[in-house]
Amino acid sequence: MKSLAELEAIRKATLNRINLRTEDDSEATRVVVGMATCGIAAGARPVMLSFMDEINKRQLSNVTVSQTGCIGMCRLEPMVDVIVPGKEKVTYVHVKPEMVPRIVAEHVVNGRPVAEYTIGAAENE
Amino acid sequence: MREIALHLLDIVQNSVTAGASHVDIGFRLAADGMLTMSVKDDGRGMSPELLERVRSPFVTTRTTRKVGLGIPLLQQNAMLSGGGVELESEVGVGTLISARFNTASIDCLPVGDLAQTMASIVMGSPDRPEFSLTCASPAGEMSFSTEEVRAVLGEEVSLAEPEVVQWIRQSLQEEIEPILGGIMR
Repeated sequence: MKSLAELEAIRKATLNRINLRTEDDSEATRVVVGMATCGIAAGARPVMLSFMDEINKRQLSNVTVSQTGCIGMCRLEPMVDVIVPGKEKVTYVHVKPEMVPRIVAEHVVNGRPVAEYTIGAAENE
Repeated sequence: MREIALHLLDIVQNSVTAGASHVDIGFRLAADGMLTMSVKDDGRGMSPELLERVRSPFVTTRTTRKVGLGIPLLQQNAMLSGGGVELESEVGVGTLISARFNTASIDCLPVGDLAQTMASIVMGSPDRPEFSLTCASPAGEMSFSTEEVRAVLGEEVSLAEPEVVQWIRQSLQEEIEPILGGIMR
């Protein structure tokens, strides 16, 4: 492995950022990506990393990205749940990396779900 | 699946679910073009009965549904190239799955974005198990382990921090390219 020195710098920067976090985890917005065989085959991997990149770019400290298994609607994969504390869970379907910046900007940051990407919109088609 | 690396992302989940504390991943390309992807874990292992049936798409350990396509799809793609899948497992000891691909075959999948897969794996299971990756070919060898990353980061900084995930992805990309570059796309 190389550039462990770089990693040391990341550690210091992250520690500073962690110390600035006052809120506890129950306040965090959760982004959950379906990563079972169906999700992976449909393209969930670049979607999850796009969320990570976007959150990194915007330096959002109060958002977590995690994975879940298959929830039984494989035809709608890749699926992503965005769970804002105190609000109803929103499920996005057929998510592509190009859709991620908009979901982060409009929903995660500004609290307005992107209606046209949600499971409700897909099921009404 | 369009990449061998996507199969890896899928199959590694079996080791995590099996409660492994160490998962060793290998990509070894021989001079004759045979690529072996191996995943070795120290999870709970499988009984000889389960081991015999596990290649069937109608066998799974989850209880929510009756299908499990991870191993069958991997086996299908390995066989399409002229390779195959071997499984060894012992209850209480762990499991080794090896998939062989003939990269000279026109039907062989590309290795794909292995760095992105490793970053996703670490993001999905940042606390445990520990993962290691070894890539070897006639062009050289590289290795990576989450244990080493954790040793630098200490206890307070999670491996799932966005900057850490990005570092893993970028450094692996640079290191894997010279070794498996010819069969990645």
